[in-house]
Amino acid sequence: MDFGFKISPSSAVNLDNVDLTLYNRLLEAEPDICKCIACGSCTASCPANRFSGMSVRKAILNLQRGKEKETARMLSNCMLCGKCTMVCPRGINTRHLILSICKLYKEEAK
Amino acid sequence: MIYQGKQKIWADYQKEIPDDHWYYVRSCIRQNFFPGSEKMFLEICRNVLGKDFHENASHTTCGGIAYHCDTIPQETVMTIVARQFALMTEAGYENYVASCITSFGNYIEILQTWEEFPELETKIRELLWKACKREFKKPKYVAHASDLIYKYRNLIAERAKYRLINRHTGEPLKVVEHIGCHYSKMFPSKGVGGAEYPYVLCGMIEAWGGNVIDYPERRHCCGYGFRQYHVKANRGYSISNTHKKFESMEPYHPDMIITNCPGCPYFLDRWQYAIAEMEGKTYGENGYGIPVFTYEEVAGLVLGYDPWDLGLQLHQVAVEPLLDKIGVEYDPARKYEGLNHKNLLRPELPGVLKCC
Repeated sequence: MDFGFKISPSSAVNLDNVDLTLYNRLLEAEPDICKCIACGSCTASCPANRFSGMSVRKAILNLQRGKEKETARMLSNCMLCGKCTMVCPRGINTRHLILSICKLYKEEAK
Repeated sequence: MIYQGKQKIWADYQKEIPDDHWYYVRSCIRQNFFPGSEKMFLEICRNVLGKDFHENASHTTCGGIAYHCDTIPQETVMTIVARQFALMTEAGYENYVASCITSFGNYIEILQTWEEFPELETKIRELLWKACKREFKKPKYVAHASDLIYKYRNLIAERAKYRLINRHTGEPLKVVEHIGCHYSKMFPSKGVGGAEYPYVLCGMIEAWGGNVIDYPERRHCCGYGFRQYHVKANRGYSISNTHKKFESMEPYHPDMIITNCPGCPYFLDRWQYAIAEMEGKTYGENGYGIPVFTYEEVAGLVLGYDPWDLGLQLHQVAVEPLLDKIGVEYDPARKYEGLNHKNLLRPELPGVLKCC
Protein backbone atom coordinates (compact mmCIF):
# COMPACT_ATOMS: atom_id res chain seq x y z
CA MET A 1 0.00 0.00 0.00
CA ASP A 2 1.30 3.47 -0.84
CA PHE A 3 0.94 5.84 2.10
CA GLY A 4 2.89 8.61 0.38
CA PHE A 5 6.02 7.95 2.44
CA LYS A 6 8.52 5.12 2.78
CA ILE A 7 10.69 3.38 5.37
CA SER A 8 14.28 4.53 4.92
CA PRO A 9 16.84 1.72 4.82
CA SER A 10 18.78 1.42 8.06
CA SER A 11 22.21 3.04 8.12
CA ALA A 12 23.30 0.91 11.08
CA VAL A 13 26.72 -0.75 10.74
CA ASN A 14 27.22 -4.09 12.47
CA LEU A 15 30.88 -3.93 13.43
CA ASP A 16 30.87 -7.65 14.24
CA ASN A 17 30.41 -8.38 10.53
CA VAL A 18 32.93 -5.88 9.17
CA ASP A 19 36.17 -7.17 7.62
CA LEU A 20 38.93 -4.89 8.92
CA THR A 21 41.91 -6.71 7.36
CA LEU A 22 42.77 -3.85 5.02
CA TYR A 23 42.26 -1.25 7.73
CA ASN A 24 44.65 -3.13 10.01
CA ARG A 25 47.25 -3.22 7.24
CA LEU A 26 46.80 0.51 6.82
CA LEU A 27 47.23 0.94 10.55
CA GLU A 28 50.62 -0.74 10.34
CA ALA A 29 51.72 1.56 7.52
CA GLU A 30 50.16 4.72 8.99
CA PRO A 31 49.96 4.42 12.80
CA ASP A 32 49.22 8.17 12.96
CA ILE A 33 45.64 7.37 11.93
CA CYS A 34 45.00 6.54 15.61
CA LYS A 35 45.71 10.14 16.52
CA CYS A 36 42.73 11.45 14.54
CA ILE A 37 40.10 13.09 16.78
CA ALA A 38 37.63 13.54 13.92
CA CYS A 39 37.61 17.31 14.41
CA GLY A 40 36.87 17.88 10.72
CA SER A 41 39.50 20.60 10.15
CA CYS A 42 40.72 18.62 7.11
CA THR A 43 37.23 18.58 5.64
CA ALA A 44 36.64 22.26 6.36
CA SER A 45 39.87 23.28 4.60
CA CYS A 46 39.51 20.90 1.63
CA PRO A 47 38.96 22.80 -1.64
CA ALA A 48 37.46 19.67 -3.25
CA ASN A 49 34.96 19.10 -0.43
CA ARG A 50 32.39 21.62 -1.55
CA PHE A 51 32.19 20.23 -5.07
CA SER A 52 32.81 16.52 -4.60
CA GLY A 53 32.12 15.64 -0.95
CA MET A 54 35.80 14.78 -0.39
CA SER A 55 36.52 14.45 3.34
CA VAL A 56 39.52 12.84 5.03
CA ARG A 57 37.55 12.59 8.28
CA LYS A 58 34.78 10.66 6.52
CA ALA A 59 37.33 8.55 4.64
CA ILE A 60 38.87 7.40 7.95
CA LEU A 61 35.43 6.72 9.45
CA ASN A 62 34.38 4.75 6.36
CA LEU A 63 37.52 2.62 6.56
CA GLN A 64 36.84 1.88 10.24
CA ARG A 65 33.33 0.80 9.24
CA GLY A 66 34.54 -1.41 6.37
CA LYS A 67 33.14 0.84 3.62
CA GLU A 68 36.16 0.59 1.34
CA LYS A 69 34.47 1.26 -1.99
CA GLU A 70 33.01 4.53 -0.74
CA THR A 71 36.47 5.58 0.50
CA ALA A 72 38.19 4.78 -2.78
CA ARG A 73 35.50 6.71 -4.70
CA MET A 74 35.85 9.68 -2.36
CA LEU A 75 39.64 9.79 -2.50
CA SER A 76 39.62 9.85 -6.31
CA ASN A 77 38.48 13.49 -5.93
CA CYS A 78 41.57 14.52 -3.93
CA MET A 79 43.92 16.95 -5.67
CA LEU A 80 46.76 16.32 -3.17
CA CYS A 81 47.04 20.04 -2.41
CA GLY A 82 48.05 19.26 1.18
CA LYS A 83 45.89 21.89 2.91
CA CYS A 84 44.48 19.24 5.23
CA THR A 85 48.02 18.39 6.40
CA MET A 86 48.68 22.04 7.20
CA VAL A 87 45.57 22.44 9.38
CA CYS A 88 45.55 19.08 11.20
CA PRO A 89 45.79 19.89 14.95
CA ARG A 90 47.17 16.40 15.62
CA GLY A 91 49.98 16.76 13.11
CA ILE A 92 48.88 13.84 10.96
CA ASN A 93 50.41 13.82 7.49
CA THR A 94 47.02 13.41 5.85
CA ARG A 95 48.45 13.84 2.34
CA HIS A 96 50.74 10.88 2.92
CA LEU A 97 47.85 9.00 4.51
CA ILE A 98 45.69 9.52 1.43
CA LEU A 99 48.49 8.21 -0.80
CA SER A 100 48.97 5.18 1.45
CA ILE A 101 45.25 4.41 1.37
CA CYS A 102 45.17 4.68 -2.43
CA LYS A 103 48.25 2.47 -2.75
CA LEU A 104 46.92 -0.17 -0.40
CA TYR A 105 43.48 -0.34 -1.96
CA LYS A 106 44.88 -0.30 -5.48
CA GLU A 107 47.04 -3.31 -4.57
CA GLU A 108 43.98 -5.03 -3.20
CA ALA A 109 42.00 -4.30 -6.37
CA LYS A 110 44.69 -6.04 -8.46
CA MET B 1 21.01 -6.18 30.73
CA ILE B 2 23.48 -5.89 33.59
CA TYR B 3 20.87 -5.69 36.31
CA GLN B 4 23.20 -4.67 39.16
CA GLY B 5 24.44 -1.73 37.10
CA LYS B 6 20.92 -0.56 36.41
CA GLN B 7 20.05 -0.87 40.10
CA LYS B 8 22.93 1.45 40.96
CA ILE B 9 21.75 4.04 38.42
CA TRP B 10 18.18 3.71 39.67
CA ALA B 11 19.28 4.17 43.28
CA ASP B 12 20.92 7.47 42.34
CA TYR B 13 17.74 8.80 40.75
CA GLN B 14 14.95 8.27 43.20
CA LYS B 15 12.53 11.01 44.16
CA GLU B 16 10.10 11.53 47.00
CA ILE B 17 6.58 11.51 45.64
CA PRO B 18 3.80 12.87 47.89
CA ASP B 19 1.19 10.24 48.66
CA ASP B 20 -2.07 12.13 48.33
CA HIS B 21 -3.94 15.35 47.37
CA TRP B 22 -3.19 15.94 43.72
CA TYR B 23 -4.43 18.34 41.09
CA TYR B 24 -4.77 16.32 37.88
CA VAL B 25 -4.46 17.71 34.37
CA ARG B 26 -5.30 15.68 31.29
CA SER B 27 -3.48 15.41 27.99
CA CYS B 28 -4.85 16.99 24.79
CA ILE B 29 -4.39 13.90 22.66
CA ARG B 30 -4.59 10.85 24.92
CA GLN B 31 -8.38 10.98 25.16
CA ASN B 32 -8.60 10.59 21.40
CA PHE B 33 -5.93 7.93 21.16
CA PHE B 34 -6.73 5.65 24.10
CA PRO B 35 -9.73 7.16 25.89
CA GLY B 36 -9.90 4.54 28.65
CA SER B 37 -6.48 5.37 30.09
CA GLU B 38 -7.07 8.66 31.91
CA LYS B 39 -10.46 7.48 33.14
CA MET B 40 -8.79 4.38 34.53
CA PHE B 41 -6.09 6.44 36.25
CA LEU B 42 -8.71 8.42 38.18
CA GLU B 43 -10.76 5.28 38.82
CA ILE B 44 -7.73 3.47 40.32
CA CYS B 45 -6.48 6.44 42.35
CA ARG B 46 -9.87 7.58 43.66
CA ASN B 47 -12.00 4.47 43.93
CA VAL B 48 -9.52 1.61 44.31
CA LEU B 49 -6.88 3.37 46.43
CA GLY B 50 -9.09 6.09 47.99
CA LYS B 51 -6.79 9.01 47.17
CA ASP B 52 -7.79 12.63 46.68
CA PHE B 53 -7.46 13.69 43.02
CA HIS B 54 -9.03 16.92 41.85
CA GLU B 55 -9.84 17.71 38.25
CA ASN B 56 -11.02 20.98 36.77
CA ALA B 57 -12.99 21.18 33.51
CA SER B 58 -11.53 24.65 32.80
CA HIS B 59 -7.96 23.53 32.28
CA THR B 60 -6.57 23.65 28.76
CA THR B 61 -3.67 22.31 26.75
CA CYS B 62 -0.23 23.16 28.16
CA GLY B 63 0.87 24.37 24.72
CA GLY B 64 3.66 21.80 24.61
CA ILE B 65 2.98 20.50 21.09
CA ALA B 66 2.91 24.01 19.61
CA TYR B 67 6.06 24.87 21.58
CA HIS B 68 7.96 21.83 20.34
CA CYS B 69 6.69 22.47 16.79
CA ASP B 70 8.11 26.02 17.04
CA THR B 71 4.76 27.62 16.32
CA ILE B 72 4.38 29.66 19.55
CA PRO B 73 7.02 31.40 21.69
CA GLN B 74 7.92 30.16 25.15
CA GLU B 75 6.38 33.21 26.87
CA THR B 76 2.97 32.20 25.49
CA VAL B 77 3.44 28.64 26.73
CA MET B 78 4.49 30.01 30.11
CA THR B 79 1.34 32.13 30.38
CA ILE B 80 -0.83 29.11 29.50
CA VAL B 81 0.99 27.09 32.16
CA ALA B 82 0.68 29.96 34.66
CA ARG B 83 -3.10 29.83 34.15
CA GLN B 84 -3.09 26.09 34.88
CA PHE B 85 -1.16 26.77 38.09
CA ALA B 86 -3.69 29.52 38.94
CA LEU B 87 -6.53 26.99 38.60
CA MET B 88 -4.64 24.63 40.92
CA THR B 89 -4.07 27.44 43.45
CA GLU B 90 -7.77 28.40 43.34
CA ALA B 91 -8.73 24.76 43.98
CA GLY B 92 -6.46 24.71 47.06
CA TYR B 93 -3.92 22.15 45.88
CA GLU B 94 -0.11 22.17 45.90
CA ASN B 95 0.77 18.92 44.14
CA TYR B 96 0.37 18.94 40.39
CA VAL B 97 0.18 15.77 38.32
CA ALA B 98 0.18 15.74 34.52
CA SER B 99 -1.16 12.93 32.39
CA CYS B 100 1.04 13.82 29.44
CA ILE B 101 4.80 13.36 29.21
CA THR B 102 5.32 16.46 27.10
CA SER B 103 3.25 18.51 29.56
CA PHE B 104 5.34 17.12 32.41
CA GLY B 105 8.57 18.06 30.60
CA ASN B 106 7.09 21.43 29.74
CA TYR B 107 6.11 22.23 33.37
CA ILE B 108 9.53 21.16 34.65
CA GLU B 109 11.32 23.18 31.98
CA ILE B 110 9.27 26.29 32.78
CA LEU B 111 9.74 26.00 36.56
CA GLN B 112 13.49 25.54 36.05
CA THR B 113 13.58 28.56 33.71
CA TRP B 114 11.81 30.66 36.34
CA GLU B 115 14.39 29.51 38.89
CA GLU B 116 17.18 30.69 36.60
CA PHE B 117 15.44 33.86 35.40
CA PRO B 118 13.11 35.20 38.14
CA GLU B 119 12.43 38.36 36.10
CA LEU B 120 10.75 36.15 33.50
CA GLU B 121 8.43 34.73 36.15
CA THR B 122 7.49 38.29 37.17
CA LYS B 123 6.76 39.13 33.56
CA ILE B 124 4.54 36.04 33.17
CA ARG B 125 2.66 36.92 36.36
CA GLU B 126 1.93 40.34 34.85
CA LEU B 127 0.88 38.82 31.52
CA LEU B 128 -1.46 36.39 33.29
CA TRP B 129 -3.00 39.20 35.32
CA LYS B 130 -3.53 41.28 32.19
CA ALA B 131 -4.99 38.33 30.30
CA CYS B 132 -7.42 36.90 32.86
CA LYS B 133 -6.96 38.59 36.27
CA ARG B 134 -5.57 35.46 37.88
CA GLU B 135 -2.68 34.85 40.27
CA PHE B 136 -0.86 31.62 41.03
CA LYS B 137 1.43 29.83 43.44
CA LYS B 138 4.01 27.53 41.97
CA PRO B 139 3.27 23.86 42.72
CA LYS B 140 5.28 22.32 45.55
CA TYR B 141 5.59 19.14 43.56
CA VAL B 142 5.11 18.27 39.90
CA ALA B 143 4.74 14.61 38.98
CA HIS B 144 3.85 12.62 35.93
CA ALA B 145 0.88 10.28 36.34
CA SER B 146 3.16 7.26 35.79
CA ASP B 147 5.18 8.36 38.86
CA LEU B 148 2.04 7.88 40.93
CA ILE B 149 1.14 4.49 39.48
CA TYR B 150 4.80 3.59 40.16
CA LYS B 151 4.40 4.78 43.74
CA TYR B 152 1.16 2.79 44.14
CA ARG B 153 2.45 -0.26 42.21
CA ASN B 154 2.68 -2.50 45.25
CA LEU B 155 -0.78 -1.46 46.46
CA ILE B 156 -2.09 -2.35 43.01
CA ALA B 157 -0.18 -5.67 43.11
CA GLU B 158 -1.84 -6.50 46.46
CA ARG B 159 -5.27 -6.02 44.90
CA ALA B 160 -4.36 -7.62 41.55
CA LYS B 161 -6.61 -10.28 40.07
CA TYR B 162 -4.09 -11.22 37.36
CA ARG B 163 -0.32 -11.13 37.09
CA LEU B 164 1.86 -10.58 34.02
CA ILE B 165 2.56 -14.31 33.77
CA ASN B 166 1.92 -16.68 30.91
CA ARG B 167 -0.65 -19.02 32.41
CA HIS B 168 0.21 -21.78 29.93
CA THR B 169 3.92 -21.93 30.81
CA GLY B 170 4.04 -20.21 34.21
CA GLU B 171 6.83 -17.96 32.88
CA PRO B 172 6.79 -14.18 33.40
CA LEU B 173 5.71 -12.27 30.32
CA LYS B 174 8.51 -10.62 28.36
CA VAL B 175 7.72 -6.93 28.47
CA VAL B 176 9.26 -4.03 26.57
CA GLU B 177 9.06 -0.77 28.48
CA HIS B 178 9.15 2.42 26.45
CA ILE B 179 9.56 5.79 28.16
CA GLY B 180 8.46 9.03 26.51
CA CYS B 181 11.41 11.24 25.54
CA HIS B 182 10.20 14.27 27.52
CA TYR B 183 9.94 12.30 30.78
CA SER B 184 13.56 12.62 31.89
CA LYS B 185 15.82 13.10 28.90
CA MET B 186 15.70 16.87 29.54
CA PHE B 187 15.89 16.80 33.35
CA PRO B 188 17.21 13.39 34.50
CA SER B 189 16.77 14.19 38.21
CA LYS B 190 13.01 14.65 37.71
CA GLY B 191 12.40 11.11 36.51
CA VAL B 192 12.34 7.94 38.60
CA GLY B 193 15.57 6.15 37.68
CA GLY B 194 17.19 8.96 35.69
CA ALA B 195 17.37 9.52 31.95
CA GLU B 196 19.31 6.60 30.59
CA TYR B 197 17.21 3.73 31.89
CA PRO B 198 14.26 5.13 33.87
CA TYR B 199 12.87 2.73 36.45
CA VAL B 200 9.32 4.03 36.47
CA LEU B 201 7.83 1.38 34.17
CA CYS B 202 10.34 -1.36 35.10
CA GLY B 203 9.12 -1.01 38.71
CA MET B 204 5.53 -1.60 37.65
CA ILE B 205 6.42 -4.56 35.43
CA GLU B 206 8.46 -6.22 38.19
CA ALA B 207 5.77 -5.59 40.84
CA TRP B 208 3.08 -7.10 38.62
CA GLY B 209 5.05 -10.23 37.74
CA GLY B 210 6.56 -9.50 34.30
CA ASN B 211 10.14 -9.56 33.04
CA VAL B 212 11.66 -6.46 31.47
CA ILE B 213 13.59 -7.18 28.30
CA ASP B 214 16.59 -5.20 27.22
CA TYR B 215 17.32 -4.63 23.54
CA PRO B 216 19.76 -2.41 21.64
CA GLU B 217 17.37 0.38 20.65
CA ARG B 218 15.63 0.47 24.01
CA ARG B 219 16.03 4.21 24.49
CA HIS B 220 15.30 5.11 20.87
CA CYS B 221 12.40 7.47 20.18
CA CYS B 222 9.08 5.83 19.20
CA GLY B 223 9.15 7.85 15.99
CA TYR B 224 6.38 10.34 16.76
CA GLY B 225 8.59 13.39 17.44
CA PHE B 226 6.10 16.15 16.65
CA ARG B 227 7.72 17.64 13.57
CA GLN B 228 8.52 14.20 12.23
CA TYR B 229 4.89 13.19 12.02
CA HIS B 230 2.91 16.41 11.75
CA VAL B 231 4.78 17.41 8.59
CA LYS B 232 3.68 14.83 6.05
CA ALA B 233 6.95 15.04 4.13
CA ASN B 234 8.75 13.81 7.28
CA ARG B 235 6.51 10.82 7.99
CA GLY B 236 8.95 8.44 6.34
CA TYR B 237 11.41 9.47 9.04
CA SER B 238 8.80 8.80 11.72
CA ILE B 239 7.99 5.27 10.54
CA SER B 240 11.70 4.51 9.94
CA ASN B 241 12.37 5.23 13.63
CA THR B 242 9.58 2.91 14.71
CA HIS B 243 10.75 0.27 12.23
CA LYS B 244 14.26 0.45 13.70
CA LYS B 245 12.87 -0.15 17.19
CA PHE B 246 10.78 -3.13 16.15
CA GLU B 247 13.64 -4.69 14.19
CA SER B 248 15.79 -4.32 17.30
CA MET B 249 13.28 -5.84 19.75
CA GLU B 250 12.06 -8.63 17.42
CA PRO B 251 14.77 -11.23 18.32
CA TYR B 252 13.73 -11.02 22.00
CA HIS B 253 10.11 -12.03 21.21
CA PRO B 254 8.35 -9.54 23.49
CA ASP B 255 4.81 -10.39 24.60
CA MET B 256 3.77 -6.79 25.09
CA ILE B 257 4.95 -3.18 25.21
CA ILE B 258 4.14 -0.72 28.01
CA THR B 259 4.57 3.02 27.50
CA ASN B 260 4.02 6.14 29.56
CA CYS B 261 3.62 8.78 26.86
CA PRO B 262 0.56 9.84 24.82
CA GLY B 263 2.24 9.50 21.42
CA CYS B 264 4.35 6.37 21.91
CA PRO B 265 1.59 3.76 22.35
CA TYR B 266 -0.30 5.26 19.43
CA PHE B 267 2.61 5.21 17.01
CA LEU B 268 4.07 1.90 18.16
CA ASP B 269 0.57 0.45 17.72
CA ARG B 270 -0.55 2.06 14.45
CA TRP B 271 2.79 1.92 12.66
CA GLN B 272 2.75 -1.87 13.06
CA TYR B 273 -0.20 -1.84 10.68
CA ALA B 274 1.59 0.53 8.27
CA ILE B 275 4.83 -1.51 8.36
CA ALA B 276 2.83 -4.69 7.72
CA GLU B 277 1.16 -3.09 4.69
CA MET B 278 4.41 -1.64 3.33
CA GLU B 279 6.79 -4.53 3.97
CA GLY B 280 4.49 -7.45 4.68
CA LYS B 281 6.16 -7.95 8.06
CA THR B 282 4.57 -8.46 11.46
CA TYR B 283 6.39 -8.66 14.78
CA GLY B 284 4.14 -10.71 17.07
CA GLU B 285 3.36 -14.42 17.09
CA ASN B 286 1.38 -16.10 14.28
CA GLY B 287 0.99 -12.99 12.13
CA TYR B 288 -0.28 -10.80 14.95
CA GLY B 289 1.47 -7.65 16.14
CA ILE B 290 2.98 -6.91 19.55
CA PRO B 291 0.21 -5.33 21.66
CA VAL B 292 1.09 -1.89 23.02
CA PHE B 293 -0.47 -0.58 26.23
CA THR B 294 -0.47 2.49 28.39
CA TYR B 295 0.52 1.83 32.01
CA GLU B 296 -3.03 2.66 33.17
CA GLU B 297 -4.45 0.03 30.85
CA VAL B 298 -2.04 -2.56 32.25
CA ALA B 299 -2.88 -1.49 35.82
CA GLY B 300 -6.58 -1.86 34.94
CA LEU B 301 -5.97 -5.28 33.40
CA VAL B 302 -4.13 -6.68 36.42
CA LEU B 303 -6.83 -5.27 38.69
CA GLY B 304 -9.39 -7.25 36.71
CA TYR B 305 -11.28 -4.54 34.82
CA ASP B 306 -13.10 -5.56 31.66
CA PRO B 307 -10.69 -5.07 28.71
CA TRP B 308 -13.42 -3.42 26.65
CA ASP B 309 -14.15 -0.92 29.46
CA LEU B 310 -10.43 -0.07 29.34
CA GLY B 311 -10.83 0.81 25.66
CA LEU B 312 -8.59 -1.99 24.38
CA GLN B 313 -10.85 -2.41 21.32
CA LEU B 314 -9.42 0.88 20.05
CA HIS B 315 -5.95 -0.61 19.63
CA GLN B 316 -4.89 -1.49 16.08
CA VAL B 317 -2.95 -4.58 17.20
CA ALA B 318 -5.24 -7.31 18.52
CA VAL B 319 -4.94 -7.70 22.30
CA GLU B 320 -6.87 -10.98 22.54
CA PRO B 321 -3.85 -13.34 22.20
CA LEU B 322 -2.20 -11.58 25.14
CA LEU B 323 -5.42 -11.61 27.20
CA ASP B 324 -5.59 -15.36 26.61
CA LYS B 325 -1.96 -15.72 27.69
CA ILE B 326 -2.59 -13.89 30.97
CA GLY B 327 -5.96 -15.57 31.41
CA VAL B 328 -8.03 -12.38 31.44
CA GLU B 329 -11.73 -13.09 30.98
CA TYR B 330 -13.45 -11.18 28.20
CA ASP B 331 -16.50 -11.46 25.99
CA PRO B 332 -15.49 -11.26 22.28
CA ALA B 333 -19.06 -10.31 21.38
CA ARG B 334 -18.83 -7.17 23.51
CA LYS B 335 -15.66 -5.89 21.81
CA TYR B 336 -17.36 -3.25 19.71
CA GLU B 337 -20.11 -2.44 22.18
CA GLY B 338 -19.55 1.01 23.62
CA LEU B 339 -20.97 2.66 26.69
CA ASN B 340 -24.76 2.28 27.08
CA HIS B 341 -24.61 -0.59 24.55
CA LYS B 342 -23.84 1.80 21.73
CA ASN B 343 -22.61 -0.04 18.63
CA LEU B 344 -19.10 1.19 17.78
CA LEU B 345 -19.21 -0.61 14.40
CA ARG B 346 -16.65 -3.20 13.34
CA PRO B 347 -13.57 -1.79 11.61
CA GLU B 348 -12.37 -3.17 8.30
CA LEU B 349 -9.67 -5.80 8.87
CA PRO B 350 -6.16 -5.05 7.55
CA GLY B 351 -4.71 -7.10 4.73
CA VAL B 352 -1.48 -8.33 6.34
CA LEU B 353 -1.56 -7.70 10.11
CA LYS B 354 -3.74 -10.37 11.68
CA CYS B 355 -6.52 -9.00 13.89
CA CYS B 356 -9.40 -10.57 15.82
